[in-house]
Amino acid sequence: MAQTAVTVKGSGAAPTNWRAWLGVAPFFLFAILFLFLPSLRLFTASFTNSSGNFTLENVIQLFSEPFIVNAYKLSIQISAVTALGGGILGFLLAYSVTVGGLPSSLRSVLITFSGVASNFAGVPLAFAFVATLGRQGFITHILRDYLNINIYDTGFNLYSFAGLSLVYMYFQFPLMVLIMAPALDGLKREWREAAENLGASTTQYWLKVAMPVLLPSILGAMILLFGNAFGAYATAYALTGGRIGIVTIQIGAQIRGDVLYNPGLGYAMAIGMVAIMAVSLAGYSWLQAKTERWLR
Amino acid sequence: MNLMSRFRRFPFWSWIWFILGALYFILPLLATFEFSLSWDPEVPFKAYQRAFEDNDFWETFIFSNVLALATIIVSIILIVPTAYWIRLRLPEARRMVEFITLMPFVVPAIILVFGLIRIYSSPITVPFTDLQLMQPLTNFKAGTNVLIVAGYMVLAMPYMYRSVDTGMRTVDIRTLTEAAQSLGANWFTIITRIILPNIRAALLSGALLTFAIVVGEVTLASFLGVNAFGPYLFLLGQHRAYEPAALSFISFLLTWLAMGLIQLATGGQGQAAGAH
Repeated sequence: MAQTAVTVKGSGAAPTNWRAWLGVAPFFLFAILFLFLPSLRLFTASFTNSSGNFTLENVIQLFSEPFIVNAYKLSIQISAVTALGGGILGFLLAYSVTVGGLPSSLRSVLITFSGVASNFAGVPLAFAFVATLGRQGFITHILRDYLNINIYDTGFNLYSFAGLSLVYMYFQFPLMVLIMAPALDGLKREWREAAENLGASTTQYWLKVAMPVLLPSILGAMILLFGNAFGAYATAYALTGGRIGIVTIQIGAQIRGDVLYNPGLGYAMAIGMVAIMAVSLAGYSWLQAKTERWLR
Repeated sequence: MNLMSRFRRFPFWSWIWFILGALYFILPLLATFEFSLSWDPEVPFKAYQRAFEDNDFWETFIFSNVLALATIIVSIILIVPTAYWIRLRLPEARRMVEFITLMPFVVPAIILVFGLIRIYSSPITVPFTDLQLMQPLTNFKAGTNVLIVAGYMVLAMPYMYRSVDTGMRTVDIRTLTEAAQSLGANWFTIITRIILPNIRAALLSGALLTFAIVVGEVTLASFLGVNAFGPYLFLLGQHRAYEPAALSFISFLLTWLAMGLIQLATGGQGQAAGAH
């Protein structure tokens, strides 16, 4: 036994052998079986035609089939709008409880609530918004009875772009709060004092000092929100019953039965989505690395 | 300057943002609660009574909890030794493993289930031969249960791994391991009796996040045809009005409970998840 202890001690410098890798083998096996193989299968299938030969046709159709191009457009629009809206509201909220001067007890209330709301999604969230802003919803009634505004007369529809965006916002801005609150904490008091001693106004401090430091983490967080909305399926499906043509809904329809005449196109659509998500994540981690220079 | 210093003393705009955010949080919940009570003014909790009287509710809800528990246990068995081993012996695997744990962010649930179905709906054979080892996992109940737990483990992996790894950062596992080994402990004893108790707060937070993701998850469950709570709630919403509102409100309370416990366990370090 004493011998094993010695090897542990010496392992820092010793070159690791294959036996050390055996320790992480179960994890890799799991990842291969349930993460890589399924993704790889979709990847290879998207380059295969119905008779099993290699083809680029599916990928080309991805960019030419109007039905698919529109699905991507809609998904990207909803994700961008909710990332921007959720990002701005989330940032302002995070600002208000960190450097904004609100009592610190409100901070832990907000953080806990954000943890809940960023996890509160899918079917219950869709139902909650139907009860709020549906045709017979709580807010719809209040606006109609007290302010004499019928939001459904103004063209608003909970089951369309605007409505789905409002629903997505419910889990988007809390996520922004959770990411931005620690980043805003990283703003050092000395920077502000130094700026003020040099005669800078609050606006100048924010524009010239705080924002340049925060910008990478704000952008990074917004990219994360983008991906968060882009991959969402259950919420949209529960809200619209599959009647809104975003990418995830189209892929879901493709799994249920071949809606497209070409199954390879369904795989290609899935891979296109993975590609967009991968680009967002790469952008996020690049910006994250930039952030860490200032905010630790 | 006078105006500005007064501004700084009373954070007017901060209050505005905070109230706006609070309204966004609360109004949908309030509306759901109000709606769930409005079925019968005589019996305010009628929707809750009816929802709880349904056997399918209990069946699916309990089953979802079992799935969550299975996911948590198998995830801990898989991830704790891996994270431990990487810290102790194999730091060069860190980047690769961290990369893998981030993969589920790139592969959303709908894509994951698509791939899982395509792979495991054909029989499992010995590689490069036609020798069948097992019928397709999607063809029998135990098979789909294995598949869905594996899928949930993938969805929960980023959160579980990060929780466990953060937990290990705060304890000196190298010294603990050496001390345990010099007292004659084997690897199993070290992990179960030394490492696990030392990272219990991190484990609890990872477990609760997993719970919040799994109970009520719809995408995997409905495509794999598993009778879980998420698909049940969705179907209930198709032909009922008040019970789904009641159950939505309850699942909000459950999420709140899970997150509140995480706050307590980790001392206020909030975490974000996403199974949307």
